[in-house]
Amino acid sequence: MSGPRHTLHVVSGKGGTGKTTVAAGLACALATRGRRVLLCEVEKRQGLSELFGVPPLEGDEERRLTRTPAGGSVFGLSIDAEDALREYLETFYHLGLAGRALDRFGVIDFVTSIAPGLRDVLLTGKVYEAVRRQLKNLPTAYDAVVLDAPPTGRIGQFLNIHEAVSDIAKVGPIRTQADSVDALLRSRSTIVHLVTLLEDMPVTETEEAVASLRGSGTRVGTVIENMVNPSPFQPAVLADVAAGAVALDVPGWDEQQNTALAAEFAVEASRTLEQQVRHDRLSRLGLPLVQVDFDPLGIDAESLFGIAEQLTDQLALEAA
Amino acid sequence: MTPPPATQGSRSTHGTHAAHAAAPFLDVDTLIGDRQVEIVICCGSGGVGKTTTSAALAVRAAEAGRRVVVLTIDPARRLAQSLGLGELDNTPRAVVGLDTSAGGSLDAMMLDMKRTFDEVVVTHSTPDKAEAILANPFYKALSSSFSGTQEYMAMERLGQLHAQASADAAAGRPAWDLIVVDTPPARSALDFLDAPEHLSSLLDGRFIRLLLAPAKGPLRLMGVGFNLVSSAMNKILGNQIITDVQTFVRACEAIFGGFRQRADETFARLSSRHTVFLVVATAQRDALREASYFVDRLTEEQMPLAGLVVNRVHGSALDVSAQRAAALAEDLDAADGATDGEHDLEAEALRRHADLMRVADAETALLDRFATARPDVPQTRVPVLPSDVTALADLRQVGALMAEKD
Repeated sequence: MSGPRHTLHVVSGKGGTGKTTVAAGLACALATRGRRVLLCEVEKRQGLSELFGVPPLEGDEERRLTRTPAGGSVFGLSIDAEDALREYLETFYHLGLAGRALDRFGVIDFVTSIAPGLRDVLLTGKVYEAVRRQLKNLPTAYDAVVLDAPPTGRIGQFLNIHEAVSDIAKVGPIRTQADSVDALLRSRSTIVHLVTLLEDMPVTETEEAVASLRGSGTRVGTVIENMVNPSPFQPAVLADVAAGAVALDVPGWDEQQNTALAAEFAVEASRTLEQQVRHDRLSRLGLPLVQVDFDPLGIDAESLFGIAEQLTDQLALEAA
Repeated sequence: MTPPPATQGSRSTHGTHAAHAAAPFLDVDTLIGDRQVEIVICCGSGGVGKTTTSAALAVRAAEAGRRVVVLTIDPARRLAQSLGLGELDNTPRAVVGLDTSAGGSLDAMMLDMKRTFDEVVVTHSTPDKAEAILANPFYKALSSSFSGTQEYMAMERLGQLHAQASADAAAGRPAWDLIVVDTPPARSALDFLDAPEHLSSLLDGRFIRLLLAPAKGPLRLMGVGFNLVSSAMNKILGNQIITDVQTFVRACEAIFGGFRQRADETFARLSSRHTVFLVVATAQRDALREASYFVDRLTEEQMPLAGLVVNRVHGSALDVSAQRAAALAEDLDAADGATDGEHDLEAEALRRHADLMRVADAETALLDRFATARPDVPQTRVPVLPSDVTALADLRQVGALMAEKD
């Protein structure tokens, strides 16, 4: 295999930009020719099972979500910080009864929700474990892991493991693993994709996320522009349409209908022009930009393959 | 999800039987005209336009004669500018440019969760104790990064605003008579109701009690596995954090008698007849699912739900179905094959119209389904605007569209 191979794809984006959908599309795009891809969510939303139309993913179950037309499989995992902590305690401390006492006293809840930074370490720790499995060549190993990560507002903090654990235990297995996770996130195997709409706020958040990630040492690979309305016309033509300077003449339609259509088209044209302005803003980030077209039929498990195809064409995916 | 049949173009022809159940109309003008209503809380999942809804409602209420303060959470810079406020901060500031002929007014502010928390500490304690708490590392982390703190502090700030309004009114000063609250961006709309309780249960919980308990005495008997527990905690978190938590909770206990009591008080205020909830959504599956959870929860808790505001709804003035528009575009393309693109623009305009109608049909189907499942929840639909909200006039327009019967 030539060139660097990304085994961990982290997908973030502002709320409402379709980050989960794009993460799922990316997982499908990576799952070609017998490859196995794990798609993880970390926010207890059950967004993956909703999207793929399957029963909720419970506990540490890694279930097949779909087989792709390209002959691979996408598996899903819903990571829960509390479960991850219980698992650690069991693995490293063999707590048994005392482990249950931790739950009873509310310690698990306390540690995972309030201890600074620990929650993120536990979540990324599970992802790390899934990525690492392939190195050991286990039967459950994956060719790639796609993480549906927290939104852009939190992504810098989420991936900055080093900072997160600076306040917690200086020794012990969690600390050791945090260091390994940190190394993975900064390595060439990891790449971050930021999903955005071509609207003002999401673009601003994307710019801010790129800036905050620069400090973390994790590489941003691409910015994915979602729900784009492409147009076959030149900006000059669109500007005329948007200005209402173009009359339409659909054969057989009366003037009122033509005027209504022209007015509607003008709004659409100005939206496309605005999207172009946002696109230009994003190109100043100096990162590869990828576009996923708006799907008027809405998103379901089948339309993910369409998104996967668009991503494959533009990303030159190393798995292809 | 199966998309609705594209042949059914307009809302009037859509759906044949049960799905047709029209939701009752949510009349926001009646709502803001009701002087009994003193607090309006706008809830919904992230990205549905809660902040815009809150601001637009506040503007409309102020111009209808209410003395309004709107508490926003992290508005877009442009939205802050549309309220004429370059920098919103933790102090309410007057919004200028409103029509105040009906005697109303509008102040706007943005929640600063750390500062609000700091103020709570300072207000309720002596200077040296306050200083000790503010410098506590656990406090620092809690007040700036715990995800539930924002919700807790939004409640806290709401309580403060309400108290100030009551005090002003009692003293005969001009006083707010309506507080509009935007809620923090959360993965789930329920977080707003759950987070304060969660935070207080963590800080007043059994584990903290144990941490605070003297090493000897009756409580010691409880701790069958406690030594194991605390040693595990030390291994995971380190000694220092445990000590910080102990110090912090002890100090807080001394000054305001526990977090739970405070959360309970706020909750009681929210259940009063002076408070109503507006659930905000878009006509998307995820957003409506969250809205359903929230509606059910409010009903369960017997909290007053005013209704559902659906933002960014698509529609068209042109009564031509998606299928027909798409077919026409195809015909034009075929005809143009011979005549060199004469109707390129028309064909594209028709395709875009077809897309728009597909979106509108899908949205209508989802909203009808919501109305069928929850027939008692009034709805108002706000059409999508051609561009971002950047000026007071835009907020006024959103408010007018919200108040307009669809």
